Amino acid sequence: MNSIATFFSGTDQARASASTLPAPAQSPATIEAATPAIAVETLCKKYGTHWAVDEVNFIVPKGWTVGLLGGNGAGKTTTIAMIMGLVVPTAGRAMVLGHDMATERHKVLKRMNFESPYVALPARLTVRENLTVFGRLYGVPNVKQKIEELIEEFELGDIIDRYTGRLSAGQKTRVAVAKALINDPDVLVLDEPTASLDPDRADWVRSRLQAYQRRKGATIVMSSHNMLEVEQLCDFVVIMSRGRVVALGTCRELTEQFQCKNLDEVFIKLARGA
Amino acid sequence: MIDSINRMAAMTARYYYLLRSSWLRLAELIFWPAMQMLVWGFLYTYLYDSKSSMASTGGILLGAVLLWDVLFRGQLGFSFTFLEEIWSRNVANLMMSPLHPAELAASLMAMSLLRLLIGTLPVTLLAFVLFGFNIYGLGFPLLGFFINLVLTGWAIGLVVSGMIIRQGLGAESLAYSVMILVLPLCCVYYPVWVLPLWLQPAAWSLTPTYVFEGMRAILMNGVFRADLMVECFALNLAYLTLAFTTFMLLLRSARHKGVLLTMGE
Repeated sequence: MNSIATFFSGTDQARASASTLPAPAQSPATIEAATPAIAVETLCKKYGTHWAVDEVNFIVPKGWTVGLLGGNGAGKTTTIAMIMGLVVPTAGRAMVLGHDMATERHKVLKRMNFESPYVALPARLTVRENLTVFGRLYGVPNVKQKIEELIEEFELGDIIDRYTGRLSAGQKTRVAVAKALINDPDVLVLDEPTASLDPDRADWVRSRLQAYQRRKGATIVMSSHNMLEVEQLCDFVVIMSRGRVVALGTCRELTEQFQCKNLDEVFIKLARGA
Repeated sequence: MIDSINRMAAMTARYYYLLRSSWLRLAELIFWPAMQMLVWGFLYTYLYDSKSSMASTGGILLGAVLLWDVLFRGQLGFSFTFLEEIWSRNVANLMMSPLHPAELAASLMAMSLLRLLIGTLPVTLLAFVLFGFNIYGLGFPLLGFFINLVLTGWAIGLVVSGMIIRQGLGAESLAYSVMILVLPLCCVYYPVWVLPLWLQPAAWSLTPTYVFEGMRAILMNGVFRADLMVECFALNLAYLTLAFTTFMLLLRSARHKGVLLTMGE
């Protein structure tokens, strides 16, 4: 398990972490290796008079899986959207693999992917057609072969030539996760990846994500309301409330810090303002 | 460059898959232009048979109908293809992919062209078979008219798509209605001199006006107005540049507003 010492939160700590980054004179390969996968620095987003995200700081080292937790309206989805570059911050910045996602996102999008139950794949295309389109969009060298691998890994054989819109919620999630892995992303962003799945299927998807993460050494950022899922998948947890980070640490550290039996209790305690 | 072409090809394939998934969609592309042609064609026949003084304008009327459809369907093809992304809640997937906005626009243009050809080519044959009107009799200038109208359709489609990105599905009706706004001013069925003097500069600021005036010059006087064609093309390039800039600004505004992730809901 990675050390908590490499994980920073709060403005001062973020500055401290920035000082650990390599000097510009180093070679691009050295800088690339030392750059954190994700660096969220004093990130803010204001909608009208409401601060949806308010000075959020954290760094995700390469190969970590980080869970973003919080109640509804805590700012998780907005933070994730800024990490993906879909939303431009009011202040601060979200860096992915060394690139500012507000201004340089196209340099890194090929190495990222995402999945969210609030976004769908075109319903009138078959699963194979959808995977083909996204494989080509991401520049996957041998799309047909990659799709065959995904069919096997995600058990898509029965549904591969069916229209995506005619699949069950569980089947759609499997396809969406397959799409999210089609380019073997270095950084994977998941917004409630198992939201519409029954416990058995949810566990199945988690095991696939875990296997991918271990095989590829990918960095995963995920939001979830499923604490069991977070405990199973995440090396580190960031808990948000009203746009701010209110707690962070490993699952064990958080349960010890808040004197709770599990993450569920920590979440409830924090949600009720303890 | 090759990556860029591959991404545009991927998007064009995506729209092609969609089109072939339903024969109703394909039929609809031909249905509306065909119905319009039938109505105007029968009117043309009536005027001709009744020896009306208007009979000589019948060919101009049918030419105008066909060319107006090129403009209207060109814009509609662009905007509707983009709307498909909104309706299927696929915008965030695309925006998160390496696809550049310019590549998205180029693939929408390619699809608009394909839809246009599917919709209008059979109708030009229909006009010839049923009413004896041969639009191809316009000769080489027809290609220039076609290109200019398609460019205008794309420019308007870019602005409409940008508005939809920025405002969401509330701006959807623009895709249907915006062309009707320019219809009276771009003098499809009548010459520019019919308009009041104070409205004529507004008409000449619209590129379709040049096309329809040019078409009338050929059909009525047998004269090809190269000046109109060149001015129209130059104006179109300016409008297309302006429209793409507007599209990019509206997309940027949508990223600031934070609407891309929830688009289509």
